[in-house]
Amino acid sequence: MEELIQQVLGGIATGAIYACIALSVVMIYQAIDHFNFAQGEMAMFSAFITWQMIDWGANYWVAFFICIAVSFIGGVAIERIVFAPLHNAPVFTHIVVFIALFQIFNAGAGFIWEFTIKEFPSPFPERLPFDTTLIGPHELGMTVVTLIMLGLIFLFFRFTPIGLAMRAAAAAPDSARLVGISVGWMLALGWGLAAAIGAVGGMMIAPVVYLEPNMMLGILLYGFAGAVVGGLTSPGGAVLGGFLMGVIEPLAGMAIGSELKLTVALVVIVTILIFKPSGLFGRVVVQRV
Amino acid sequence: MALLDVNNLEAFYGPIQALHGISFSLEQGGITTILGANGAGKTTTLRAICGMVKTGGDVKFDGESIAGKKTESIVRYGVAHVPEGRGTFVRVSTEDNLRLGAYSRRDAAGIAEDMERVYGYFPRLKERREQQAGTLSGGEQQMLAVGRALMLRPRLMLLDEPSFGLAPLIVRELFEILRVINKEEGVSMLLVEQNATLALNLADNAYLLETGRVVISGTSDEISADETIRQSYLGY
Ligand SMILES: Nc1ncnc2c1ncn2[C@@H]1O[C@H](COP(=O)(O)OP(=O)(O)OP(=O)(O)O)[C@@H](O)[C@H]1O
Ligand SMILES: [Mg+2]
Repeated sequence: MEELIQQVLGGIATGAIYACIALSVVMIYQAIDHFNFAQGEMAMFSAFITWQMIDWGANYWVAFFICIAVSFIGGVAIERIVFAPLHNAPVFTHIVVFIALFQIFNAGAGFIWEFTIKEFPSPFPERLPFDTTLIGPHELGMTVVTLIMLGLIFLFFRFTPIGLAMRAAAAAPDSARLVGISVGWMLALGWGLAAAIGAVGGMMIAPVVYLEPNMMLGILLYGFAGAVVGGLTSPGGAVLGGFLMGVIEPLAGMAIGSELKLTVALVVIVTILIFKPSGLFGRVVVQRV
Repeated sequence: MALLDVNNLEAFYGPIQALHGISFSLEQGGITTILGANGAGKTTTLRAICGMVKTGGDVKFDGESIAGKKTESIVRYGVAHVPEGRGTFVRVSTEDNLRLGAYSRRDAAGIAEDMERVYGYFPRLKERREQQAGTLSGGEQQMLAVGRALMLRPRLMLLDEPSFGLAPLIVRELFEILRVINKEEGVSMLLVEQNATLALNLADNAYLLETGRVVISGTSDEISADETIRQSYLGY
């Protein structure tokens, strides 16, 4: 029983990171109808930036927030410079550009910081203030930090005029322009936010998987899977899908053995999609014509 | 001076030219209607004024050229477009749709006041304020589109077939409201309609488009009396 609870709690902690990636991917997908394969690599690059600042002697939390700001600006810049000119380009153009971005960040990080594995510090105390064997301090800390961030993002989209405008611009760009919304800048803001969310995920998972240019590959896969399971049309669904993936994986490992846990997790996904092709929370948009 | 001055306006969809140099003007406080068969270029004319298609020629609003400006900047001059197909933001509530209509404004008090005014014109929208706008009926969405345009506190409204899909009784109500908005708030209107009788009744001036060209123009009374128009568009 105790092992089960440990596995579930650990799953929720990694699920939080999958949720970050899933949310980033879905935000971009809703705006431009394409998967950003480079989302994980962008997050990895962000984590390296933080590592560098800490290595130069910066306080962890100072580096953490600077990294979020830098990632946000980087996301905005990528949209403005690379994707704005491409907005009517065919699918394959986008795929090629995403692959290029992936490669640039991956090789760029390797070039600057080398491919050797680095330790990434955890900002949380080594011991929890209470006694428990159910969850480690970093797992608990990263779950809390991610949940706070996801909550803030939710409040932003739900209750601020800019959040509303961003949703409008993604869902109905022509109508959005007709009320005076600059759709291009809303897309750029969306990229910035997605990059910032990914950065938090990258910094939080780095102490667990260790820092190296390929650290996000597996996480990106699970994040994608979470997004698809949750529903590509629903940011909230994608987040829940991410958590679900986090929990399914260790449970599958317990039930069948760790060699097959990825297989089992994927079978679960495919099964869900067979019965609910638009994902668990994907909305079929109600619209009259 | 005319509020809207359209001069030799052309519009292109890729290689297809949809407007071949049309010219007309609209007086401050006036209502002008554009009539024409399906595919004549009525919608395209409104889209061209708003910078939503590639254009040639010139459009002046209140003496200033707005040709070639971005749609979102043209809106800020006070040009509210009620588009063909209503352009509802389907995933957000009715009230959020109205809020989005006021996106370019910063005067919170004025916005709240205008929201109440819109609800006064369309009590149905008030009943449905929390409802996801995509689930409103077609007629309610049409009211919402007009309401959203009013939230800009516009100087000029471009209305693309506001009567489309509405029951006759509702159409009469809507046109009565448009008349009130025009008379009491001084909002000028450029109205595209299939229902020519209705449009000529409301408008001061009318233009008839045929394949992207103005073929007849005049006051509503002259046009109503015109033999060709009567036979082809009024049906008596
Ligand atoms: N997106 C587009 N791409 C290519 N051609 C278009 C496009 N939109 C309109 N057209 C063409 O431009 C011409 C004018 O179309 P427009 O929509 O302005 O007509 P309309 O007068 O509004 O017709 P309706 O009464 O049916 O709404 C038509 O020949 C149409 O085929
Ligand atoms: Mg039309």
